[in-house]
Amino acid sequence: MTRAAASTPLHVQLGLTDAELARIRELLGREPNRPELAMYSVMWSEHCSYKSSRVHLTGLPTSGPQVLQGPGENAGVVDVGDGFAAVFKIESHNHPSFVEPFQGAATGVGGILRDILTMGARPLASLDSLRFGDLGDPLQRRLLAGVVAGVGHYGNCVGVATVGGEVAFDPCYAGNPLVNVLNVGVMPADRLVLGRAERPGDLAVLLGARTGRDGIGGASVLASAAFAPPHPAGPVGGDPTLKRPNVQVGDPFTEKLLIEACLELVERGLLAGLQDFGAAGLSCATSEVAARAGMGMEVDLDAVPLREPSMEAWEILVSESQERMLALVDPERLEGVVEVCRRWGVAAAVIGRVVEGGTLTVRSRGQVVASVPARSLADDGPVYRRPVAAPAPPVPPGDGRAADPGPVASAGDAGVPLDADPAEAVLALAGDPALASKRWIWEQYDRFVGHGTLSGPAPDPAWDRSDGRLAAGGTEAALVRVPGTRRALALATDGNGRWCALDPAAGAALSVAEAARNVACTGARPLAATNCLNFGSPERPQVMGAFVAAVRGMSQACAALGTPITGGNVSFYNETAGRAIHPTPVIGILGLLEELTLAVPLGFQRAGLGVWLLGATRGEFGGSAWQRLAAGRLEGRPPALDLDAEAALQRLLVEAAGRRLLGSAHDLSDGGLALALVEAALAAGVGATVALPSGLAPLAALVSESASRALVSVAPDRAGELAELATAGGVPAVRLGSTGGDALVVPGLLEVPLGRLRQVYEDALPRALGEQGAAAGR
Amino acid sequence: MALRIGVVTFPGSCDDRDALAAVALLGGEPVACWHGDRSLRGVDAVIVPGGFSYGDYLRCGAIARFSPVMAAVAALARDGGPVLGICNGFQVLCEAGLLPGALLPNAGRRFVCREADVTVVSTATPWTRACTVGQVLRLPVKHGEGRYHHPDPAALDRAGQVVLRYAAGHNPNGALDDIAGVRDAAGNVVGLMPHPEHAVDPLLGPAGGRPLFGSVLATAGVGAR
Repeated sequence: MTRAAASTPLHVQLGLTDAELARIRELLGREPNRPELAMYSVMWSEHCSYKSSRVHLTGLPTSGPQVLQGPGENAGVVDVGDGFAAVFKIESHNHPSFVEPFQGAATGVGGILRDILTMGARPLASLDSLRFGDLGDPLQRRLLAGVVAGVGHYGNCVGVATVGGEVAFDPCYAGNPLVNVLNVGVMPADRLVLGRAERPGDLAVLLGARTGRDGIGGASVLASAAFAPPHPAGPVGGDPTLKRPNVQVGDPFTEKLLIEACLELVERGLLAGLQDFGAAGLSCATSEVAARAGMGMEVDLDAVPLREPSMEAWEILVSESQERMLALVDPERLEGVVEVCRRWGVAAAVIGRVVEGGTLTVRSRGQVVASVPARSLADDGPVYRRPVAAPAPPVPPGDGRAADPGPVASAGDAGVPLDADPAEAVLALAGDPALASKRWIWEQYDRFVGHGTLSGPAPDPAWDRSDGRLAAGGTEAALVRVPGTRRALALATDGNGRWCALDPAAGAALSVAEAARNVACTGARPLAATNCLNFGSPERPQVMGAFVAAVRGMSQACAALGTPITGGNVSFYNETAGRAIHPTPVIGILGLLEELTLAVPLGFQRAGLGVWLLGATRGEFGGSAWQRLAAGRLEGRPPALDLDAEAALQRLLVEAAGRRLLGSAHDLSDGGLALALVEAALAAGVGATVALPSGLAPLAALVSESASRALVSVAPDRAGELAELATAGGVPAVRLGSTGGDALVVPGLLEVPLGRLRQVYEDALPRALGEQGAAAGR
Repeated sequence: MALRIGVVTFPGSCDDRDALAAVALLGGEPVACWHGDRSLRGVDAVIVPGGFSYGDYLRCGAIARFSPVMAAVAALARDGGPVLGICNGFQVLCEAGLLPGALLPNAGRRFVCREADVTVVSTATPWTRACTVGQVLRLPVKHGEGRYHHPDPAALDRAGQVVLRYAAGHNPNGALDDIAGVRDAAGNVVGLMPHPEHAVDPLLGPAGGRPLFGSVLATAGVGAR
């Protein structure tokens, strides 16, 4: 033990402030003992208590006729018809994934699966939203490879399909990669299970893995403080007892058994409640189920199966060992519960019981080692109204100075070169690892398991509505069938840190709009949202300023687009050595397609279709992919977003899909019209000859990232109907040309063979990762 | 009466539910079989499905082969009953000695999930009887250890034991001689790395798996007890 650590008070070692300690003394009317202090330190951590964000999250739009369960439980629940409910949520596992990318990402998947399971639903499909630094840095390549392998390993082994997501690269994420994972599950709508300990006498039964010393302090210290140099994985707080890695190790096999056992228990009606063990472990699970119902709980730590018998009480209370669930069981049903668990090989131990009075009493070796009000842990944590300042302008990589706002602050040109050769520009965008094919990633994910994936990230076929043939090339959002029905859930995640760095409110709203637009492009109606708010330290006013603005922008967009927020996660302290990531709210949108053969593919399906651009194109380049590629800068203003225009476009897309008008629909976002054309052409290998929208320089029309646009194809005999619908909906619609041929052609401007495009598009990410020739053999 | 096709669930099986659903979709009677049982509940045929049996923390399939149910699977195989091992099930049947060869880690050293075209090489099995030699089936593959190995692939070929081959350019794992599926000497036990159970519902995508299930269902009783 170092001299400095020895003199540091225990509460400070555990991440509590002096003021927080004073509040604990006040709540208890006495000095807390060590186990109690450990429990408060994890439960009152930023990660668990949302102490800095809570006051700003109260005004979110959270209600709607489709919402069966909003924020506050383990995941949101949405009515999707035919008696089914979808359960979905996104969560971060950022800090652990930097320390140990494979296990950090893997346990992130495990955690979100248990959140869905906790509501009584079978997890169906995951999406991963990833951010790394530039791939020129070997560390970033290692992080990407490790995270992708970890996400894949866990999802593949538990048999839950990974069907979509997105990835972006920016130097701001070099020390703080983001690993956000969304999962959706489905269950009968009348089977909702809640984590409430409502009946005194019910037993608390710990299911699953044994409890070990891993992950101690993970939530309280690792995820609730910024990384400090030289390396974040060293002993935390100088406390020599924290000698295990803070990152937990995942065991997907145990999780698989736990999922099957819990679902059987739920189906047989054997449970009174269910709660996952996430961050803060036993402290969190027991206090939350008790607090939600105003009850107390008696817990006997001697009954907790341990990996190491020498574990002390406080270690058992805060261990974050994975693959554990807490079941609440009527004593008369205990035998049935134990039998189901025995059959699945899942350990089940009665560790406590629900009592009246609201006190959480913990015993160990016959002694009471902690006795605190359950609510004081779960609900009475500190709430901070942190100082807020105007968000900082983006910091360019390499130096510490703010970007020179210079002469390009207008929305007009944002300092991007518009005199490049258009063909070269299209190839440069198609060959940028952030925009190019993510095959290298999604080929490591099982997207088929579960008999539900209608369209994943891949060129899987979707149903071609017009003539009953299979269509090729995937859809703009992942589509997963609701088992046993003809309905499909559509899911997309989006988050644009560059736009949020320029204007957090606008960037967050644009991210909501894009995710919902992706869903609408498939023909599905956006229903609800979940969010993962990734930010730097809340103790810095500029970060809080960005956070508050982003929450405001997200709320406005979700309200305008009819997608109430049903849950989410806040991840602060994504910063290293005082340098924060871009504000990065990641939005997940869930949509519903009531008849799955209405699904619209993203790519041109055959020659002879009209190519139409929906929405207005302006010269908007601030934060764009082209600005990054061609100028290496981040400046100007993000594209303007008119939420009414966005809603009108999405209504049009859904309506047109419902009438089977659309041959394809592709959202315009990163890389603008150029990338949309590339992807629509490559999806099924059908080229197009198009004119560019008028009023702009040719390259400007190709690379502008104006919001609220989509590229669609439509059979010539249905074009009039589409135009009428667009006019009625107030959506600008212009015919650009038609599909056909094996090249992307803008007469007089560019002609790029699809073979060349495909090679560039498919090779970019493998090449950036130091591999070659990935396109071969496909 | 519909053919009764069992699907074994080991701890860690992931594709058992899909296999049961595929059997039902194509008109068979799906029967859930449990790893800890010594009986296959009188089924006419059995599928050992994909997944990560017992976590596959050791060698894939190395523990599952010792499950009580495997004695019943071996007995059914011995009696000429149709047995199909898919992916992890293929690995289990190889470990159990019911099929020749072994599955090694992919040449690319990564898990790979994609759709691959496979060509039917042998129709002398209950699982490919309704196919034609040379027929191309589009099937999902998804595995980390699917590189087929055999000490004498030429002999295997001469014996007619190669059932499926990856089409040119579609070998996802470096399998020897592009071998995607093999059978035992008698022909009633088949193992393959691709996943026909994920490719039976045209609502979800290509239905290249239908001919395999269709074969066994169309020849109900033939070769079975």
